[in-house]
Amino acid sequence: MELIQLAVPVLLKGLWMTLTLTAVSVAIGFNLGLGLAIMRGSDKAWVSGFARHYSTAFRGTPLLVQIFLIYYGLGQIRSIHDVPALWWVISEGSRCAVLALALNTAAYTSEILRGGLVAVPAGLVEAAKACGMSRAMRFRRIEFPLAIRQALPAYGNELVLMVKGTSLASTITVLEITGYAKRLMSQTFAIFEVFAIAGVLYLVLNLVLIGVVRLIERRLMRHTGPAPQSRSASVQQAI
Amino acid sequence: MEFGLVQVWEGGWVGAILRGASVSIAVGVASMIFGLIIGTICGLIKWRAVFGLSHLVDLYTSVIRGVPELLIIYLLFFGSVEFVTKIATVFGFAELADAGYAFFITVAAISAISGAYSTEVIRGALAAIPKGHIEAAVALGLPNRRIFMRIIAPQMLRIAFPGINNVWQTTIKDTALVSVVGLQELMRTAFIGAGSTHNPLIFYTIAALVYLMITLISQVGFTRVEAVLSPRERG
Repeated sequence: MELIQLAVPVLLKGLWMTLTLTAVSVAIGFNLGLGLAIMRGSDKAWVSGFARHYSTAFRGTPLLVQIFLIYYGLGQIRSIHDVPALWWVISEGSRCAVLALALNTAAYTSEILRGGLVAVPAGLVEAAKACGMSRAMRFRRIEFPLAIRQALPAYGNELVLMVKGTSLASTITVLEITGYAKRLMSQTFAIFEVFAIAGVLYLVLNLVLIGVVRLIERRLMRHTGPAPQSRSASVQQAI
Repeated sequence: MEFGLVQVWEGGWVGAILRGASVSIAVGVASMIFGLIIGTICGLIKWRAVFGLSHLVDLYTSVIRGVPELLIIYLLFFGSVEFVTKIATVFGFAELADAGYAFFITVAAISAISGAYSTEVIRGALAAIPKGHIEAAVALGLPNRRIFMRIIAPQMLRIAFPGINNVWQTTIKDTALVSVVGLQELMRTAFIGAGSTHNPLIFYTIAALVYLMITLISQVGFTRVEAVLSPRERG
């Protein structure tokens, strides 16, 4: 009981950090990923090539290497010290973690969104062209809304991976849930209990996140009517 | 002093990095094999909805997949370190425990993680096997063992293969996490190199490139095997 009183407030402090890291890096990473997904569809070979190689590089290496490369590696380049904006990012652990997480999730997000964009029927885009829509308007009104509906379930999984990914920030001195949990484990030696409390926090966080994604999904798909299962049930009733 | 690739070579770091990479691959392959064994057993339990056991499997997969890998590694390491050293010392294996212990517990941790993801992949593959195939085999009076070996296993393997490829990719990347608890694998070697030469940029870049090579080469291998496994079109 004493342990719970000690551990829960500390881990809740970490929860706030975990939430901040996730929210900021997802916000940046989604936009970067969207940009990369559009670049993948470009006619220019170097534009689509860059996006493809970016995605291979970031998906083919562990997140931990990326975080260390940014936190320890970039500080070594002299010219970065001279640019105040870059130095501001590099000089602190949590900002490095956000940068690494955002670049990492951008690669995965671009793959997910590209899958959605490829699945948009060509006829719809052609029809929009025939209506005289500009390229930007076509993307905003036709392609993106359809792609995001297709991509949302996979993107929900990516969000869970991001929440879990923030735990790596603890390796570069950022105190979030895992960072505090490690510290509590070595202070109290109550390893399993601390793990259980921290684990429950992560599980609840992920469950809420998945619930929110499902809610958005249902709202976006409301034009299709109720879920297929209940529809077939109502059909049977009608018969 | 200028530090470059020449110094990496002269300092004997190339050998160290290659040794680290082989440890990483060994951990990855061993964990993948154990993970697949766990995954096949748990996947079958979930598919058959074995009473009681399937709820336990549900608990296992949702906890492992919902909690950060790093936290699971901390639990297994810190939770077992005292226990194992005590037992090993009692039986007089203190030195052996030091050397083999990190590797053993690492494989246990990564296998547990990889097993949870494999379970989901294999359960999905089992669910995708047409019911009629199994019913037909039962109707022919084939024994259960043979139904599994001839009907279920081949189709399961083929359907699950792309998913297993994904699990392998995450597993080999997860091995980097155990560097934080001290196993001398690729990431740990890069960490030590970065610390002792004060040149993190070059060492982490090398580590990233080696990981990239491992994932890309294994990707090619998986694609080849997938082509062999996929059913041929009958003309």
